[in-house]
Amino acid sequence: MVVEMKRELTCIVCPMGCALEAEIEDGQVVNVTGNTCPRGAKYAEQECTHPERVLTSTVAVEGGGVLPVRTDRTVPKEMLFDCMAEVNRVTVRLPISIGTVIIEHIAGTEANLVAAKNLERGK
Amino acid sequence: MVDVVIIGAGVIGAMTARQLCRNRLSVCVVERANDGAAGASRANSGIVHAGFDAKPGTLKARLNVAGSEKMEQIAGELGVPYKRNGSLVLGYDEKDKTILENLYRQGQENGVRRLELLDQEKLREIEPGVSRQAVCALHAPTGAIICPYELTIAALGNAMDHGAQFLRGFEVTGIRETEEAVVLEAADGRQVEARFVVNAAGTFADKIAQMLGDDSFSIHPRRGEYLLLDKECGGLVRHTLFRTPTEKGKGILVSPTVDGNLLLGPTAQEQEDRESVETTAAGLAQIISQSGSEAEGIPVRQVITSFAGLRAAGNTGDFIIRTWGKRTVHAAGIESPGLSASPAIAEYVAELLQGLGLELNSREDFNPRRKPAHWFRELSLEEKDAYIQEHPDYGKMVCRCESVSEGEILEAMRREPKALDVDSIKRRTRSGMGRCQGGFCSPRIVELLAREQGISLEQVTKSGKGSYLNIGKTKGGEQA
Amino acid sequence: MKREQIDLAIIGGGPAGLAAAVAAYDSGVRDLLVLERDSHSGGILQQCIHNGFGLHRFQKELTGPEYAWEYEKMAAERKIPIRCGSMVLNVSPDKVLTVVSPEGVTQIEAKAVIFAMGCRERSRGALNIPGSRPAGIFSAGTAQKYVNCMGYLPGKEVVILGSGDIGLIMARRMTLEGAKVKAVCELMPYSGGLARNIQQCLRDFDIPLKLSHTVTAIHGKDRLTGVTVSQVDEQRRPIPGTEEEISCDTLLLSVGLIPENELSKGAGIRLDPVTGGAVVDEKRQTSCPGVFACGNVLHVHDLVDFVSEEAALAGKSAAEYIGGETAEESPLELKPDGRIRYTVPQRIVGRQEDVKVYFRVDNIYKKVEIQVTCGDRVVLSRKKAVVTPGEMESLTLKKEQLADCQGEQIEFALKV
Repeated sequence: MVVEMKRELTCIVCPMGCALEAEIEDGQVVNVTGNTCPRGAKYAEQECTHPERVLTSTVAVEGGGVLPVRTDRTVPKEMLFDCMAEVNRVTVRLPISIGTVIIEHIAGTEANLVAAKNLERGK
Repeated sequence: MVDVVIIGAGVIGAMTARQLCRNRLSVCVVERANDGAAGASRANSGIVHAGFDAKPGTLKARLNVAGSEKMEQIAGELGVPYKRNGSLVLGYDEKDKTILENLYRQGQENGVRRLELLDQEKLREIEPGVSRQAVCALHAPTGAIICPYELTIAALGNAMDHGAQFLRGFEVTGIRETEEAVVLEAADGRQVEARFVVNAAGTFADKIAQMLGDDSFSIHPRRGEYLLLDKECGGLVRHTLFRTPTEKGKGILVSPTVDGNLLLGPTAQEQEDRESVETTAAGLAQIISQSGSEAEGIPVRQVITSFAGLRAAGNTGDFIIRTWGKRTVHAAGIESPGLSASPAIAEYVAELLQGLGLELNSREDFNPRRKPAHWFRELSLEEKDAYIQEHPDYGKMVCRCESVSEGEILEAMRREPKALDVDSIKRRTRSGMGRCQGGFCSPRIVELLAREQGISLEQVTKSGKGSYLNIGKTKGGEQA
Repeated sequence: MKREQIDLAIIGGGPAGLAAAVAAYDSGVRDLLVLERDSHSGGILQQCIHNGFGLHRFQKELTGPEYAWEYEKMAAERKIPIRCGSMVLNVSPDKVLTVVSPEGVTQIEAKAVIFAMGCRERSRGALNIPGSRPAGIFSAGTAQKYVNCMGYLPGKEVVILGSGDIGLIMARRMTLEGAKVKAVCELMPYSGGLARNIQQCLRDFDIPLKLSHTVTAIHGKDRLTGVTVSQVDEQRRPIPGTEEEISCDTLLLSVGLIPENELSKGAGIRLDPVTGGAVVDEKRQTSCPGVFACGNVLHVHDLVDFVSEEAALAGKSAAEYIGGETAEESPLELKPDGRIRYTVPQRIVGRQEDVKVYFRVDNIYKKVEIQVTCGDRVVLSRKKAVVTPGEMESLTLKKEQLADCQGEQIEFALKV
């Protein structure tokens, strides 16, 4: 059986926020309209099959305070709160520089959690 | 045991404490809130009325004129912003003109000096910002403006400089009388024993009286809402503008404040609740519509905040200042012109206490002066530079809208009465009172409050018990 | 009191100030100084820890601190001095800055000044929401500071008023950090934020966006206990009978940003009542010669990438001014029609270069034509499928098109 449907999406790849329409057949995206660039089509396809997001948050710093962190690539959307659970458990020691890996393969995903800021000791 | 305990650290309690501290007495002020000036003294018009409003022969009339005459000197001693800008009561027709003439005569009878009636031409000449609808006015050059909460804090501080105790969070729940003393009991179990009691409890003054067995008067809180406009608008008018009074009261006024903002209000709404200071859409709309017929072109888009206060109106129409039993003086029903009258009320309360047997032996070492709260702000650039060289904290700007430094904020936290919460810092330094209303500076002030008191960030409050600002750490803390 | 002289003083070390400094340096200015009131550079970017910055400027998606770091590196490579903890109290019309810092008060006489002070959030007072005044009401940016920089959560049940980008971003941040965001209310029938943020900050977390709704009352004595939310009519007046009580301990306000122009007013600079920023020409020079403005102090931008672009232009222009170059020809005033609320620049004085004009519209319009006319002649016209107030638009006037413009003004109109 072939299931056909259309889905309206807002592209989040860049701030233009294009209004996309994806045609889905049998769980597969067969056509995308409304996109300004090829990244939009790719986003629509991914969003309809396995949506992913970059996660940003903070981690605790030894001695007090927090450090901004991010995943270095997208993680499956449904894994965001699993990733947060790991983010909330870790404490880093200063100094730390931008890009330093804090958690490898966070929550079993392909993404690493990295420092998003340089932080000196005593700051 | 102290000689006198004062219930309530509003302007009446604070000024009374200062007055008593001129003598060799031990004085204690108890306050249910986390700071002085937490009730009506925080949210009122800040006007020192000339004294023509009250009926001749009343306490209001006598104490207003007497208090108003003393206020400039007291403000100078305590370093509190005060400006004699003069008041104008505006009339719009012949009927108003007759009322203004009566007010003029009443003012003369009350002993108000330099009153004059103005025609439209003269009115527009001395106040170019006045509404074109106003055709005549009563001019009271002795009317003035003052910062009411700074006066309260400074008077309390001056009393504390002379040994007065200040107990916060002290909600009186019971009063016992023994042969020699009165014992106040607080909700948290603390007790204060005193030879005499001054009841300056504002909207709760009748409840306190009842605890003492006196149910001869009642308090009926009347809420007044206000709008405060940006400093850019402070120059719109020079005088405080009133409307011709009606049976309902003085109506909405338009006034510059001592800080250079423009103040509009108050409304007058009786309510049962003795604490609730909510503003309402109807009240704010009423202020905007009425003030428009007093001054020309009020830029209502420049509103930076709205607030409300409760006048502790009594059921007698006059101030209720009298003794009860052997050990109590009530200073109750202190609605407008209570702020203006406060120096005279304080003296009168002291006299009544003396009548009950309190010995007033003056202290030679009493110093009526207190270092102004805004001494740093008043310095020249050269002086500021020199001071910052020695005290770098005064060069760290925390509040960018009002240019308040970390040094000034730390001073407010360390000087009696110490500021223990964000609103108390605001009342002392003006940080957070400007255009951004604390958006930028409040996180830093919260950090400083936590550091200074040795508490955690989530224990810091906006205005005492229950008004917490954060619920806990997001990371690495069990509190989250 | 210390007195200094300098070629170029830049007020603000955020994205605008840093980009302006780098561009001025690259255009030959060596005697320059960035004055930053905070203890670190980077400005508001340091608390914007979410991603989405830099796609235009660096072709990669960065977080706020990472974007700031790119410019901090450039400034460091050029050894551009950044004086932190220094707040400018006043700028006189003859470009003398009064600066206060823990070292004291300094007066700096500058040949040119760039204003890059950014903006601030509109507060509750400006909205006049009736009710009590308990703890628990924060501007979205203040909450952002608590959560992202200090690591504290302001509350656990949240209502957000206003769908500006900071509010949307904070809806996601508070949710990820363990709070429950119950609703985002927007007075207008459309969101003030970027479409992508509606998706990734609200829909991703099933947070309801209530358009044409506002907060009509605030409840709670010590700490907020709830708000009343009402639907509004087309005139944005609350509709009686639509009130809904939502219990919450936190109300975040994301109801607009205001350029912070107190210094500009002090210097006697002409301001545009619509943008809240200075009136500038295509070089970003204000009505005060040698004083330039860029970034959110000039007009509120959606994207930091465009702030950097504008700041680079201001930096280059300041360098030219210091070098004595002035290319003033007969000025053209840009007149928006009202549907187009404003343009930046507001005037064009040169004809030698293409000019990119930024503008915002007053409502959502579909299938529109943006028409630029000079007298009876259409200089440029551009069709767009949709324009919204939440997204800044731009178009470029070619120098050839400008050269043909006779007269004193050109009109910007939106044809629906």
